[in-house]
Amino acid sequence: MSAFFRILGTQILAFLHYLGELALLAKETIVSICTAPIRWRLFFIQLQEVGFRSQLVVIVTGSFVGAVFAAQTYFQFHQLAMDTAVGAVVAVSMYRELGPVLTGLMVSGRVGAAMSAEIGTMKVTEQIDALRALGVYPIDYLVVPRAMAMLVSMPLLVCECVGFGIVMGYVVGVGMMGIPGPYYVHYTQQFTGIRDIKMALSKGFVFAVLIVIISCHQGLNAKEGAEGVGRAPTEAVVIGSLSILVINFFLSIILNVVFPYGG
Amino acid sequence: MEDFISIRKLYKKLGGQEVLRGVDLDVRAGETLVVIGRSGGGKSVLLKHIIGLMKPDSGEVLVEGQNIVELTERRLSGIRKKIAILFQSAALFDSMSVEQNIAFPLVEAGIKDPKVIDKKVAEALEVVDLAGEQEKMPENLSGGMKKRVGLARAIVSSPACILYDEPTTGLDPIVADSINHLIRRLQKRFQVTSIVVTHDMKSAFHVADQIAYLYDGRIYFKGTPEELQASRDPVIHDFVMGRSEEPILT
Repeated sequence: MSAFFRILGTQILAFLHYLGELALLAKETIVSICTAPIRWRLFFIQLQEVGFRSQLVVIVTGSFVGAVFAAQTYFQFHQLAMDTAVGAVVAVSMYRELGPVLTGLMVSGRVGAAMSAEIGTMKVTEQIDALRALGVYPIDYLVVPRAMAMLVSMPLLVCECVGFGIVMGYVVGVGMMGIPGPYYVHYTQQFTGIRDIKMALSKGFVFAVLIVIISCHQGLNAKEGAEGVGRAPTEAVVIGSLSILVINFFLSIILNVVFPYGG
Repeated sequence: MEDFISIRKLYKKLGGQEVLRGVDLDVRAGETLVVIGRSGGGKSVLLKHIIGLMKPDSGEVLVEGQNIVELTERRLSGIRKKIAILFQSAALFDSMSVEQNIAFPLVEAGIKDPKVIDKKVAEALEVVDLAGEQEKMPENLSGGMKKRVGLARAIVSSPACILYDEPTTGLDPIVADSINHLIRRLQKRFQVTSIVVTHDMKSAFHVADQIAYLYDGRIYFKGTPEELQASRDPVIHDFVMGRSEEPILT
């Protein structure tokens, strides 16, 4: 029994230690953004990598989730003669939950993995030591441009995902299921508002912080050898995705107080 | 001559093993000190302490009288402008061309004029006998060329001290000899303080003003190459002659 508690205690301590490291990296990144010169060239390269090149993945995800969600909602609501409410359900769900979470998961998989692999490779090939030896603080050079690009890109990608989801929901609901278009649009407008957009953007911003800090931390702490470099992106994606799902629950509770539905 | 670097009672434990067990070492300005020792004996660890890439468990590393152990990573950047390092793997930035790698310290130092940068890069490449190789990417360079580019990157901002981590390891004897000549030439031309970590005795005798033998985590011997060769101490003698305690298997 004591062995069980010892193992449990060790795991809890390791988890708290990990959270502490993430918090320190976040603090260092904020200090760097505020005090060190910004490398704009690197920022724009990362903006292209993180934002521009993630669009296809996010658009396809948003479109097909919106489409299938509209179809499933219609199948259920049709039995209750509530066909016209499909648009509102799709829009609210896309804004408040599906859009931010799915964008976060897709970006974590695509960008988070690449970030940790790139930084991890630089770590094991002594390129990060070379940066430090040349008087360049790695957080300034590697983390800040990625963090800034992620913070700018994620809210926009969330908007894109939500927008395509709602449009595809309309195409399926009105075009395929035969719901009257004016009613569909009317109820969608009636049940959605600026509060939903604020909620989507807030979640996108928080998920951006999670993805960039977790991925860069995995890269900066990659262990030596091929196994270490291979493990960094895998863990970045797993930890990043799980944290998005867990934090999303608490965010939904908190943000529903800040931006109450129908308020 | 004054000491450029002084190391006092340096201790470092890695993975439960005590790698450095009280290293005391002085390096005078303008001299070339070669640190020899067995593989895994802590030579590279010692070198990384000198430039602040590692923090000791205890002890002091004084660079021009300033204890760098107490400095934060950001404040170390001032010291690192005085000391350059050639890594064992050269550690070139693989996403940058040769020219961008060498220009990196200049750009980071705030030099914006492309003409000045091009001129300094060309000069550095000429010093390491790689003139005209600006456009190549690191993946297209041989091991010896990578080390030369790494050296060009190290010298381009005119440091007062250069640290060499196993500069001839993995190179054929001809290229290794050319690197040794290069180290000697740089020392004569720019009067830089140099610390060379190696277990290549030929290289050590070629470039050293002083040789320090790191054994069992401490400096076991320090003296001129002639004094090392004249030593009758069995520990030193076995290392210099490359003699193993184990019998040769037949």
